[in-house]
Amino acid sequence: MRPARASLVWAALIAALGIPIVLAAASPFLEWRDWIYIAGGFAGIAALGLLLIQPLLIAGFLPGLSPYRSRLLHRWIGGVLVAALIAHVAGLWITSPPDMADALLFRSPTPFSPFGVVAMWAVFAVAALAFFRRRLGLRKWRVVHLSLAVVIVVCTVVHAVLIEGAMETISKAALCALVVIATGKVILDVWARNKKPAR
Amino acid sequence: MTNVMLNRRNLLAAGGSVLAASASGLLLPASAQGVAPTQSMSGGANNYQKGAPVVQRIGKGGFVMSGTVRRAGDGAPLAGQRIQIWAHTVEGREEDARSHGATLTDKNGAFRLEMPQIIPIFGQPHGHLAYDSGEFKTVFLRPIMRSAKDTSLEAHFVLQPA
Repeated sequence: MRPARASLVWAALIAALGIPIVLAAASPFLEWRDWIYIAGGFAGIAALGLLLIQPLLIAGFLPGLSPYRSRLLHRWIGGVLVAALIAHVAGLWITSPPDMADALLFRSPTPFSPFGVVAMWAVFAVAALAFFRRRLGLRKWRVVHLSLAVVIVVCTVVHAVLIEGAMETISKAALCALVVIATGKVILDVWARNKKPAR
Repeated sequence: MTNVMLNRRNLLAAGGSVLAASASGLLLPASAQGVAPTQSMSGGANNYQKGAPVVQRIGKGGFVMSGTVRRAGDGAPLAGQRIQIWAHTVEGREEDARSHGATLTDKNGAFRLEMPQIIPIFGQPHGHLAYDSGEFKTVFLRPIMRSAKDTSLEAHFVLQPA
């Protein structure tokens, strides 16, 4: 990839992740919230952003990274994603324990909560299974990981879109669309590869 | 989620039957029977604190919470009923004591309490109301604003004997 194009790809990625965060940081709601709730909310926004980086790494779309480094980074970011989700839940729990408990127990009045909780467990499941991927066998691992990735992306996007919060609507929708497109691209690539006999 | 749908449907049904009952009640008092009691909404009791004081208004005001309290069955307005109200507002969080206040219904069963502007929290701009005086069965409501910019919100109670 030519350097100009490479820097364009990185600039686009930084914009895709940065613009929603900057606009959320400018939300008037933040003035009336505690730092712990704000931190919990932004951990959720960061987690959504990481879901865009993950498929891009696996698709080898990010210039200047070897496939080996991309995979290493993908694993490392998976760990950061787990940490971000824990921070997201912890921040909301400290802000209002009964509301967070309702969400975790699937009895919340907010329609987006169960989607967030399902996505969270799917992320935890991938993280836990990643330690056993050799024992699972690569083929089985890939099927399990990709299936859970679909659950994570679909549930996260529904969760994010239904929330009326600090994120600005259009930038949130755009980031969600990019996450869906990037994940869809990886899945279609894997399908196409599986259809062809091994070369 | 199913619960929510059912609750909202029940609420709508209850609200609708209140309207129907009050409308027909004006014309045909004898047929104004069978007003269904309001069910508590899920999450309605979150950050509830017992015994918030009756106040002229919560904080500096600027937002109006209003509604009615009626009796299940005949739909008669209930006067002097204490309704407790709290929310996450520009002046405080749901669990802060200063975010809580109570008011009494007038002779028409209506209540109206000024409170600070509600701010969305946990993904929805919503308020909390409770009837918890004991004479009737306790009800917790959690109405949602259509828009975070709304400056008023309504909630209606139909109470059944405890």
